Amino acid sequence: MNTSIDSTITIPKTKFSGKTITLSHGAGGKAMHDLIEQIFVNTFNNSKLSLLEDQARFDFTTLTALGDRLAMTTDSYVVDPLFFPGGDIGKLAITGTVNDLAVGGAKPLYLTCSMIIEEGFAIDELHRIALSMKKTADEAGVIIVTGDTKVVPRGFADKLFINTAGIGVIAQNTQILASRAEEDDVVIINGYIGDHGAAIVDARGELALEVSIETDCQVLNHLIQDMLACCPDIHCMRDATRGGLATVLNEFAIASDVAITLEQNQIPIRDEVRGVCEVLGLDPLYLANEGKLVAIVKKEDANALLNVMKNHPAGVNSAIIGSVSTFPQGKVLLETGFGGTRIIDMLVGEQLPRIC
Amino acid sequence: MKFVDEFRDNNKAKTLIKAIKEIAKKIEPMQTKPLQIMEFCGGHTHTIFRYGIEQMLPDTIEMVHGPGCPVCVLPMGRVDDCIALAENPDVIFTTFGDAMRVPGSKKSLLQAKADGADIRMTYSPMDALNLARKNPDKEVIFFGLGFETTMPSSAFTVLAAEREGITNFSLFCNHITTVPTIKAVLDSPDMKLDGFLAPGHVAMVIGERPFDFIAQDYNKPLVITGFEPLDILQSLWMLLQQIEQGRSDVENQYTRIVKPNGNTPALTAISQVFEVREFFEWRGLGSIDHSGVRMKPAYAAFDAEKKFLVANIKIADPKSCQCGEVVKGVIKPWDCKIFGTKCTPETPIGALMVSSEGACAAYFNNGYDKKKLA
Repeated sequence: MNTSIDSTITIPKTKFSGKTITLSHGAGGKAMHDLIEQIFVNTFNNSKLSLLEDQARFDFTTLTALGDRLAMTTDSYVVDPLFFPGGDIGKLAITGTVNDLAVGGAKPLYLTCSMIIEEGFAIDELHRIALSMKKTADEAGVIIVTGDTKVVPRGFADKLFINTAGIGVIAQNTQILASRAEEDDVVIINGYIGDHGAAIVDARGELALEVSIETDCQVLNHLIQDMLACCPDIHCMRDATRGGLATVLNEFAIASDVAITLEQNQIPIRDEVRGVCEVLGLDPLYLANEGKLVAIVKKEDANALLNVMKNHPAGVNSAIIGSVSTFPQGKVLLETGFGGTRIIDMLVGEQLPRIC
Repeated sequence: MKFVDEFRDNNKAKTLIKAIKEIAKKIEPMQTKPLQIMEFCGGHTHTIFRYGIEQMLPDTIEMVHGPGCPVCVLPMGRVDDCIALAENPDVIFTTFGDAMRVPGSKKSLLQAKADGADIRMTYSPMDALNLARKNPDKEVIFFGLGFETTMPSSAFTVLAAEREGITNFSLFCNHITTVPTIKAVLDSPDMKLDGFLAPGHVAMVIGERPFDFIAQDYNKPLVITGFEPLDILQSLWMLLQQIEQGRSDVENQYTRIVKPNGNTPALTAISQVFEVREFFEWRGLGSIDHSGVRMKPAYAAFDAEKKFLVANIKIADPKSCQCGEVVKGVIKPWDCKIFGTKCTPETPIGALMVSSEGACAAYFNNGYDKKKLA
């Protein structure tokens, strides 16, 4: 087991240091204003948020210069525990939404941040999470432009839930769709699968595992910009979060009405993650990731794209893991390293609750 | 990865497949139907599907996926009993993860949890005992199920509770026994099996000798088998050799784990805590004599059936369900009338669709249109 906090983050002193959240911090009065000002506005620190209007405002001209379509997405984060090896709920709340924009080919620009906080939550922890959000937003090159804070009585939420929504712009000619996989295309992933799911299992400490696995939680938008520069015609791309690699590929196979065949020996997976899966009877193909994209591209584009990906820090362990064919339609197959083949279906039920 | 990859080596698999094909060819002239080989244990079924082993075998060999998935054979009435126990406000009900989704007559444990019952998934009964230590004001019930493989850990937990004087822990004992179940399969009039891959982890506890009757009384060859894909292939090769030579012996492929006399401390704990029931109800197979165990009267203080009123509800299997015939190898999963239509892993009707170790769920998830793929 390995619980961890980001040692590069130091919490500045505020009048709130050492205190806990009470219902008054969500009541709309002075306590709430102080909290928002000192913990969120000062931390997120940008001109749009600092105006403290009820809404953020955007110039059309800035947006249209970047492309011809807006992309918008939202995601809620309820991960348990809040801090885990290699990340925390704040980092996750930024990477998750940034990546959901980026895998559609959008340049992520603006994020919102809503917090639902359980009464009694430590303000230092909240501050640490806000700082982690800011650090990750800076890495991604996005700003948090508006937000909301609610406090609920003890027992009505588990510590902290975060929702972020995001807006980005898609450049002309980018057409990434789940339905565009074609015969002879190849499947590429940007590194090891299952790290996030395994890290959460480990961080919960219920199983006393003698390993330390870090989440793969990372922003993917810069990697994706490099990929699009090299190969503008990426057919399909999604991040393989809940449900893992298997689920994303099933979505592609069904939407494109094609078969996707994976080669087990080519799928990057750490020994530690394999070990956790062996012990617990989990299938790494379904384990959650928080910094992994799966792309389907033309075979001719694959090698150049793979080189670009490997040269980016978020894609060092990228690999071509499979290919697209016409039959059996809508199915994902795995060629086992052992010599057989099996169908990889959508997950029924859940492997693990509250992983993101 | 060490101690894993060695047992999944593709080159060794090729060598074994070649040997299996050679010997299968020699047997073929003696056959009037495909050889039906039953892997009794759900763990074996899981390995066979996970590695696509069936497709690697010659057509003259047919794997029959036996009843050895304890979750699958759990009757609906027992699930209803579990839910009644779990809905008691003073109870924390604990169980292995796979048992959560098994449908009862009205709902599963997972649904009962959503409705407010305090039901928790544990990886070991010792975790349940820990919960009892931490929650002295609650009764913690562990739903013990499984064959002789999981019986020792339940027995040791009860013994630990007794030793420590923990009074708020009890076991809802639904453990089942292997030998009477295999006997029931062998006695079935429509049985056409030619040999068995015997459950390695049951044998690890009970040893080799309890399987002798299969070879001696029923003249069926048997190989005690491990759970890695190469274990399965090697065991099949050993079994085919027996068939070819006209032998029916109990052989042990899983020698790295299974000792001829089993595990003495485990057997001692089992016989200390448990005694055989006159009969036990199975999903898909009906009632089988002596196929379950209950807790001895000396451990009544840890027996959920004694501490609580358990209705022992009996609910007949759904009529449309053909699990019993699938388990005995009389029909293949996809021959069942409701396979993949009314009965799916999301809404299982029959036992074999419930757990990933059940034959029907395994086909549904991993290759039910294998025939179409070929």
